[in-house]
Amino acid sequence: MVRGADIVVKSLIAENSEYIFGYPGGAIMPVYDALYDYSDKIKHVLTRHEQGAIHAAQGYARVSGKVGVVLATSGPGATNLITGLADAQIDSTPLVCITGQVAAHLLGSDAFQETDVVGLSMPGTKWNIQVRRVEDIAPAIAKAFHIAKTGRPGPVLVDITKNAQIEFGEFNYVPCLNVRSYRPYQPINQDAVTAAAALIDTAERPYVLYGQGVVLAHAENELKAFLDKTGIPAACTLLGSGALPESHPNYVGKLGMHGNYAPNLLTNKCDVLIAVGMRFDDRVTGDLQRYAKQAKVIHLELDPSEIDKNVKCTVPILGDCKKSLSLLTEAVSQKSHETWLERFRELEGQEKEAVVSNDLHGTHGGLHMGEVIHLVNKFKEEDAILVTDVGQHQMIAWRYFDFKTTRTQVTSGGLGTMGFALPAALGAQLNDYKKQVICVVGDGGIQMTIQELGTIMQTKAPVKVVLLNNNYLGMVRQWQQLFFDKRYSFTELDNPDFIKIAEAYSFKARKVTEREDLEAAVAEMLVQEGPYFLEVVVEKEDNVFPMIATGCSVEEVRLS
Amino acid sequence: MNRYTILVYTENFIGILNRITIIFTRRGININALTASESRLDGIHKITIEVTVTPEQIEHLVKQIEKVVDVIKAYYFMDDEVVYQEIALYKIPIASLDPSLEKVIRQFNAHIIAAEKEFVVLEFTGHKEDTQALLEILKPFDLLEFSRSGRVAIAKPRFSVQEFLNNQT
Repeated sequence: MVRGADIVVKSLIAENSEYIFGYPGGAIMPVYDALYDYSDKIKHVLTRHEQGAIHAAQGYARVSGKVGVVLATSGPGATNLITGLADAQIDSTPLVCITGQVAAHLLGSDAFQETDVVGLSMPGTKWNIQVRRVEDIAPAIAKAFHIAKTGRPGPVLVDITKNAQIEFGEFNYVPCLNVRSYRPYQPINQDAVTAAAALIDTAERPYVLYGQGVVLAHAENELKAFLDKTGIPAACTLLGSGALPESHPNYVGKLGMHGNYAPNLLTNKCDVLIAVGMRFDDRVTGDLQRYAKQAKVIHLELDPSEIDKNVKCTVPILGDCKKSLSLLTEAVSQKSHETWLERFRELEGQEKEAVVSNDLHGTHGGLHMGEVIHLVNKFKEEDAILVTDVGQHQMIAWRYFDFKTTRTQVTSGGLGTMGFALPAALGAQLNDYKKQVICVVGDGGIQMTIQELGTIMQTKAPVKVVLLNNNYLGMVRQWQQLFFDKRYSFTELDNPDFIKIAEAYSFKARKVTEREDLEAAVAEMLVQEGPYFLEVVVEKEDNVFPMIATGCSVEEVRLS
Repeated sequence: MNRYTILVYTENFIGILNRITIIFTRRGININALTASESRLDGIHKITIEVTVTPEQIEHLVKQIEKVVDVIKAYYFMDDEVVYQEIALYKIPIASLDPSLEKVIRQFNAHIIAAEKEFVVLEFTGHKEDTQALLEILKPFDLLEFSRSGRVAIAKPRFSVQEFLNNQT
């Protein structure tokens, strides 16, 4: 017989969890006490805030493909997880969060640090459960892991009352392989594949849009094989970046509000649109009434609720896209679409001239964010991971970072959570200390979770932090400039001395204000073995272009 | 907008009703009526939801409901595809009892199911339009209280939750 708390830890070990990201407190103390005895089997990372813990677990999960594990106490510990849960839910990140809860006999009595975590987390979890008896702990955790990682992944929360942690029970871990009400994978309909292949074979201007579904399904090779055979141009969503090397001849760029010019514009010129593992987010589609109306749409998608949700499709192919892509590749004929691809290249030239050259090769005035990313590309390792926060720097880094391999980007896509990057970078780095993890962050976002510099210090994770400082909440300021008459309402920041802060946390730190110092600083950062903090003071009022303004059509993408 | 009946078969899991209703809350859709009970199958609950929405919305809602892990299956039907009933109770003071009330009771084929010193309770079962009609008639009789259930429904098209469960791979 062992304590419930030991069962919690033993269950996590049985699921081959490598890390727990967490923060102790009253109602979870028995589990922390148990952890003391298992430090050789499972590593615990003490963050400085529960939000940091869950974002770190997200970063870890996104790069590793494994389930991120979070441990927190009841009440405020649990409520601090809510942002991360919502983020992981909308970005399909597998997490198992375990929260302590007051003893079962106190439930509903407004006991100290009691809150209805199951109720609070319900909209932000794929599944959640409260466990009140020791014998229910292991089955709940087993079910939690199964649900978190199968089908469309997502966050799961297990709330365990303190009495269940203290009681004694048998430990007999049985992994969960099936939940009878839950069908994570739909069988692929061969007729749909045949119908899609016929559409693709007769299409004159077919166009592939791929998203994170490709990464989650480990279908990168299948996507590449499909594109190699069909010669169809392909563009990616924010979270799809990296699923296909950007050097691939069919790769034409990025979709969405701040994506590339051609991929957005030509969405309304294709005749068959093939969406793979993406969900037609409003940031991708712009005005839906004027989105790809001319095209027949084929949607390869795992989640049935995504079919026809935003864009009505002609042929839905439900199921794991790793399988459906290979079936589709078999069914289609070998082709090439050189003339059609050429149209993308022409527009790409226009974008280069109007936006990119200036973004990347500034000569006078303040530094551009793009110049920094351009130099990062020059010195980074091939498989370096880019972790970004939310805002202008996120869009610029995404636009210009050279993605060569899969799972090299971690960012908060759907929820747009400022403060995500620093803890997520820590989690991404802990998955592999040898990989280069570059955390690009703005001066607004970093201050939302800046305390996690302490966790980086304690874990000695060699994260490279690149702070692009314009003393503004830049993206909001850009909108104020373009849509609110330059009324810069509460977007300018009086910032602290970031270098002193970084040094206080034992980072090697350097601040760059001049163009001529930038290259040497980036080079120095990327050969540094330990953590490094590079602050680059950039132009205060730069804007991100191209841009599709809210309510506009993809055709109205503007270059300035 | 159409009136639909959604039948949801679920595991008997704490919180499942909340997981389903927040799907409506989030989209600002009002639930007309809701009933929950055990189904014919052991351990499987049946939730009946009546809602007035567009054809696009009902498709979307039912897919979202089916996405809930503990939901086994969800179906939706138009009014003419289901047989449904609602039960209503009416509390009437003794002082209001007179021959004209007797007429109403006979006409509606309603039942007096309880008689107390101060009041009687009438029971009448039918569609909402019928129970509502009786309500309007009884209001002048100093009606003390009224209570109507959500709809219970049986679908006309054949489907089998048991078969669905058996086909689980």
